[in-house]
Amino acid sequence: MIVVIDYNIGNVKSVCNAFRHIGCEVELSCEPQAVKDADGIVLPGVAAFGYAVSALGALAELIKEVALSGKPLLGICVGYQMLFDKSSEYGRHDGLGLICGNVVPIPPGRVIPHMGWNLVELPEDMDLFARLGSEKHFYFAHSFYAEVADSQARVAFADYGFDLPASVQKANIYGTQFHPEKSGKTGLKILENFAQICRQKNPT
Amino acid sequence: MLTKRIIPCLDVKDNRVVKGVNFLNLRDAGDPVELGARYSDTGADELVFLDITATIRSRKTIVELVERVAENVFIPFTVGGGIQTVEQIDELLRSGAEKVSVNTAAVGNPNLLTEASQRFGNQCVVLAIDARRSKERPGKWQVCVKAGSEPTDIDVIEWAAKGEELGAGEILLTSMDADGTKAGYDNELNKAVTDAVNIPVIASGGAGILEHLYDAIIDGGVDAVLMASITHFGNYTIRQMKEYLASRGIAVNL
Repeated sequence: MIVVIDYNIGNVKSVCNAFRHIGCEVELSCEPQAVKDADGIVLPGVAAFGYAVSALGALAELIKEVALSGKPLLGICVGYQMLFDKSSEYGRHDGLGLICGNVVPIPPGRVIPHMGWNLVELPEDMDLFARLGSEKHFYFAHSFYAEVADSQARVAFADYGFDLPASVQKANIYGTQFHPEKSGKTGLKILENFAQICRQKNPT
Repeated sequence: MLTKRIIPCLDVKDNRVVKGVNFLNLRDAGDPVELGARYSDTGADELVFLDITATIRSRKTIVELVERVAENVFIPFTVGGGIQTVEQIDELLRSGAEKVSVNTAAVGNPNLLTEASQRFGNQCVVLAIDARRSKERPGKWQVCVKAGSEPTDIDVIEWAAKGEELGAGEILLTSMDADGTKAGYDNELNKAVTDAVNIPVIASGGAGILEHLYDAIIDGGVDAVLMASITHFGNYTIRQMKEYLASRGIAVNL
């Protein structure tokens, strides 16, 4: 069972819908026991960073704990940004600190928010992109991005006039700046790959 | 590279798509969910659902519609029409909409844009502007509200810039002069707005042939083109639009 963290914020349902669509058992929950028992957890998010962090509240520590214990964790959009150390969106906010780096504004000189389908180069050694080929379009909608500063993290980039980190993987911790649940069939394959990762970690 | 977006717009009344829809082999051409799913499957980049009744009674209907769309459509979609409060925006986002567009309410209460963007992030706050060429001030456009029925003294370019400053993350710009003419988008308007703001702009109103899409992107400088009748009536498929744009050197997600 994959647990999507329910922390009173937009978009959580869309992620559940997408997992159900691919035939994957998923539960929307904020119960500590459900999080501990899950095969994998998903931290979604459509919100401003500060609002999301405060909405997460005490769940933050639990998510950190289970992620560090080796359980697969997938952060999406603001849920992905929260994996990092800090953000400067509408003030200074601490993230979960699971991946080294800070969330900063997209540099000026281009249309912001970065909104729409951007081509992403898919490194062969990133599990989320298994069987997807060398590049695919995904849907982005954000004004801030994570500057990845973690030597243990693998990073996939999108070209938005600069190398924009689009996805990271650090051991069992995964994140996508784009929305796999809103990226059509290609996005659903990312979620299938995550479900596969969870199954491998938790053989029945 | 970021691609230019093709966005079909579905006008919804009493849970049905109106303006008529006549393409593909739909069992029920008026069902917004089925139509949305078909567009998603045939390559649309995004969808817009506009509640054209936008009454208190229709509010509940539109939330249920959003929930059903979200269960079946795995591309982003925007919902608009009569939205007045942050709580309504919250409800629609929670129900599965990616973005919410505000129009009349933002003119009356510009602070709505700020409140919404600080809470949900500006990427989900779309400012819809209905623009009409001003008779009194040639070369200018005036903002119209209440589904375009009520002109105001507000200048479109100034309002677009102010909207960005207040927290809008995108502008859905409808030319009321071009809408329904099929004679092309108003690219003077599009250019004036895209020059004045740094957020994405969606051109709306006037699409008739494929070249109009290209012109809006090149001459109008827009990031996305919205259309209704030319795709609902089956004149062009989404794929034809994208292949045409790609053949003219525009990056699209084919």
